[in-house]
Amino acid sequence: MDVILFFVFALFAVACAINVVVQTHPIASAISLIGVMASLAVLYLLLGAEFIAAAQVIVYAGAIMVLFVFVIMLLNAGAESKSGRSLVAQALGVPSLVALLGILAFFVQRLFPRESATHFGGFTGGTAKAVGKALFTTYLLPFEATSILILIAIVGAIVLAYKEMD
Amino acid sequence: MDSFIVVSLIKTVMVFAVLLTTLAYLQWVERKVIAHIQVRPGPYVVGPHGLLQPLADVVKLLTKEDVRPPFVHKALYLAAPFMAMTLALMSICVIPFGPVIRVGGVSTWMQLTDLNIGVLFVLAISSMGVYGVAFAGWASNNKYALLGGLRSSAQMISYELPMSIAIASPLLLSNTLSLRTLVESQAGSFWHWNVLRGPFPQIFAFVIFLISAFAETNRIPFDLPEAENELVAGYHTEYSSMKFASFFMAEYSNMITVSSMAVLLFLGGWMAPWPVRYGSSIVPTVVFAFAGLIALYHGVHPARRRERYSLPATGIVFLAIAAIFLLPIVQTWLLPLFWFCAKVGAILFAFIWVRGTLPRFRYDQLMGFTWKFLFPAAILNLLVTGFLVAWVS
Repeated sequence: MDVILFFVFALFAVACAINVVVQTHPIASAISLIGVMASLAVLYLLLGAEFIAAAQVIVYAGAIMVLFVFVIMLLNAGAESKSGRSLVAQALGVPSLVALLGILAFFVQRLFPRESATHFGGFTGGTAKAVGKALFTTYLLPFEATSILILIAIVGAIVLAYKEMD
Repeated sequence: MDSFIVVSLIKTVMVFAVLLTTLAYLQWVERKVIAHIQVRPGPYVVGPHGLLQPLADVVKLLTKEDVRPPFVHKALYLAAPFMAMTLALMSICVIPFGPVIRVGGVSTWMQLTDLNIGVLFVLAISSMGVYGVAFAGWASNNKYALLGGLRSSAQMISYELPMSIAIASPLLLSNTLSLRTLVESQAGSFWHWNVLRGPFPQIFAFVIFLISAFAETNRIPFDLPEAENELVAGYHTEYSSMKFASFFMAEYSNMITVSSMAVLLFLGGWMAPWPVRYGSSIVPTVVFAFAGLIALYHGVHPARRRERYSLPATGIVFLAIAAIFLLPIVQTWLLPLFWFCAKVGAILFAFIWVRGTLPRFRYDQLMGFTWKFLFPAAILNLLVTGFLVAWVS
């Protein structure tokens, strides 16, 4: 059951990810991206990280993508025209894509040996309590640094927008 | 395993049958309550006191011609009402209505499923719900619909922040994310409910939650996505027949979900306001018996001729319901269900009451209110709650 679900949603995620790039209309791309986020949440859930799955849906599918869709609708962006389909790009692009995927597969194979293979539902550190504890003990410094980074970004955005208004 | 599937199927069918009937009749209740606020009778023609009006409306909407305007984005135009409806109905499956019940040796919870992240599940589903409205507005190829969709998505993102922060503070008191455990932690009397419980009563969080809930469900005074005097009908201008009805049902379903969440988080869910040993179990009997006696009295002194029979019949039905609440066999599950429905009903009534009373916000007031007042207030409340919880424990 888990394996079937994994393959269904993994394939769905990959298909949506490809669709994001292939589609010419921004709204269609955004919808595909929502599909990617939602199927990633299901994959987290299959591994046993239910808090991260919920956070994934709330933050990415629920908040960030709504903003994307909002901006696309606000600008009323139309379909892009396809251009730059030169023979050189195709001739170089396909082999380099294959090479990149090969290198990635090689390193994944090397870095994550077969003995530490994950099992469905095997991840136990996914409860809200475990995530909170990890954030405020082991990863306190990166966590605080990230929040300061986000704060700087917010202040920067306000400064830029304020200049525009004057 | 087999009995689990059978029980789950029965529960699902029951919950959705009750939910869909409630949706239809909630609309009747809303029309009636608003009519009485505005001193007019409301629906009165179809059935006694217009009680068959929802049925007539369903038949009308089902048989109406389904118009699809030209130049719409076909796939999204068709998918939007479906999305709105599905996402609105989905969150009911984690809402607990009562404790364990035992039927013929099988014991089961009065809840479809209990997730240990139930609160987050409801938040996630409700944050996805905006897509139905936004895509409906965009796909309709109509400037009013687009403006409605835009307003809706901006408003939903903004009010989601104070709402989730207001939800976080009662969670600090109850120390759980599961809706069932959340209710169990509020057992006892009404001063054990999160809205009044120490170390810091969540009365502010409750008010902030309710205000954001009005905005999240696009209700007056925050119904700018469908402001009829500026946007025709907002995001569902181009929809007709059953597609229009699905947006309507999604809105009412969201109202029910949000009211149930308020009850579960702040008002102790299915718990009675005071313990059984002080007589909380006879409250439903007293309420129904009182209503029955009033109906009987007016039946004896009728104002109109036909009420000579209809009012005593109603009174006897109410007295029978009052008697049912006294049976010890059904009390174990009927009493919690009564308290849950009574609390949810009270909040739903407040929704309708506000609609009959308040005018609509202006758009800049709407945005300024959430970002400059509601959001800081929610954060302050969370901070104080956090400090006091840490200090006490």
